[in-house]
Amino acid sequence: MYTLTGLELKNPTILAAGILGTTGASLCRVAREGGAGAVVTKSMGPMPKTGHPNPSMVRLDCGFLNAMGLPNPSYPGFLQELEIAKKDSGVPVIASIFGGTAAEFTKVAEGLLPGKPDAFELNVSCPHAEGYGTAVGTSPCLVEAITAAVKDVVNVPVWVKLTPNVSDITCVGTAAESGGADAVVAINTLKGMAIDIESGYPVLGNRSGGLSGKAVKPVAVKCVYDLYTALEIPIIGVGGVSSWQDAVEMMMAGASAVQIGSAVYDRVDIFSEISTGIEAFLQRKGYSNVKRLIGLSHEMV
Amino acid sequence: MFTLNATIVRITEESPSVRTFFFDLEFETMEPGQFVMVWVRGVDEVPMGLSRKNSITIQKVGEATSKLFELKEGDSFGLRGPFGRGFSLLSKGEKILIIAGGVGSAPLAPYADAACAVGSKVDTILGARNADDLIFEERFAAAGEVYVSTDDGSKGTKGFVTDILSRLDVLLYDRIAVCGPEIMMASVFRLLEDRKVLEKAEFSLHRYFKCGIGVCGACCIDRSGLRVCKDGPVFSGVQLLDSELGRYTRDASGRRVKI
Repeated sequence: MYTLTGLELKNPTILAAGILGTTGASLCRVAREGGAGAVVTKSMGPMPKTGHPNPSMVRLDCGFLNAMGLPNPSYPGFLQELEIAKKDSGVPVIASIFGGTAAEFTKVAEGLLPGKPDAFELNVSCPHAEGYGTAVGTSPCLVEAITAAVKDVVNVPVWVKLTPNVSDITCVGTAAESGGADAVVAINTLKGMAIDIESGYPVLGNRSGGLSGKAVKPVAVKCVYDLYTALEIPIIGVGGVSSWQDAVEMMMAGASAVQIGSAVYDRVDIFSEISTGIEAFLQRKGYSNVKRLIGLSHEMV
Repeated sequence: MFTLNATIVRITEESPSVRTFFFDLEFETMEPGQFVMVWVRGVDEVPMGLSRKNSITIQKVGEATSKLFELKEGDSFGLRGPFGRGFSLLSKGEKILIIAGGVGSAPLAPYADAACAVGSKVDTILGARNADDLIFEERFAAAGEVYVSTDDGSKGTKGFVTDILSRLDVLLYDRIAVCGPEIMMASVFRLLEDRKVLEKAEFSLHRYFKCGIGVCGACCIDRSGLRVCKDGPVFSGVQLLDSELGRYTRDASGRRVKI
């Protein structure tokens, strides 16, 4: 057990937002069968959304490209799923939320409070939903205002998930910290696109989307490394983590925990596999606990 | 794995609302019951069970399938797959009962072909609204006995597949494979549960898919949380005990919709 923004986690692997998180039963499966230390829900917004037309996710040779378009049943529709996850998952459940304004964010957060989420994760980083995500998450002022507004209405930790689609991610990270964020989560997907050369059509229904998986890991490691230098609050590393080695690397860059998304494609129990691998690595290196890894590479000069 | 380009080489009309599209690719490793994501460019991408290694059999129900019906030989669409878990592989000498309703016979016809090829005996209960809507009757007939039911009595028993199933001795069969409208599958499920043979039954489910590759979670079923696109679409009867089968499904936003 170790503590992350006040939450007790049995291991430092967390299910990333938007992955297997639409239903309570699915979140419970990831926790129980998959071995995740905590789970983040699908992002919930103020109104039901069906998302973009399919194809909404395709596998490439270097990773995955997706443009789901924030499909969600809205916060009232998700309450019963959140309650199921809270009752049966046995791990902290973090509610991911989105909105176009600070007022929408607080409305959704307050609406989900009866489901007793252990923390909130603010999605200010989805790269392909008009008026949401990156549309607000590239502005340090908006990120600070949204974070502060949500902090005002909830009494649980607030994490802020950042977009790498900016010139300097530490500016947005610093804004989240100034707004009172308890942690930042880095990174969301990188803007990307693929074209079907037989027809000339972009492959995704939304034409373009966000890149995840192996290809983005070095980008994520660099973002986490820079944020670790700039911020006091913990950083949760996400982006292309698919093995315990990736997780250790992310932690050495400065991550206090890792989130895993696309890698569930290979197996749902990737969380157990990675946490077991980290434990074995700690033993082999003679490190007393996982905290020894966090930011280790910053000392190696 | 990138989207493949499938060129239509032949179209056959199976019923007034169902057509089979043969394409110029062969999925040699396809397990009967697996599906492909069919991309009608510029419109939508929808999951379809493979009716052969090189064909899909489609009912015109929505925007994407209507657009597909406008395509002609020589036209093309995008394909990803085959995906998911199909029906269990067969051993020689097993006795199999297939229960197919409407276009649900599409993924079951290659299962009957495969069973026939390994020397299994296959009986089929084939149901549809009327005689014109019976799909692949001749493929099932080539593998064994076919019992037909139609809602209007225009062929075979007037009524539902369960009317025939309730008269058969299900204990005679080693495996039971089911695909059709969810109301039909739920009725079959209850009957097989009563007869205590769920462990040898398999059901192919239909749910709204987004990613189709087991990552997004849009198609997870209650209460197991299993993904229809990756852990299914074929599930054993035991996996579906205490499930949402026949009760509700979810729309594209994830909201529960009563069946």
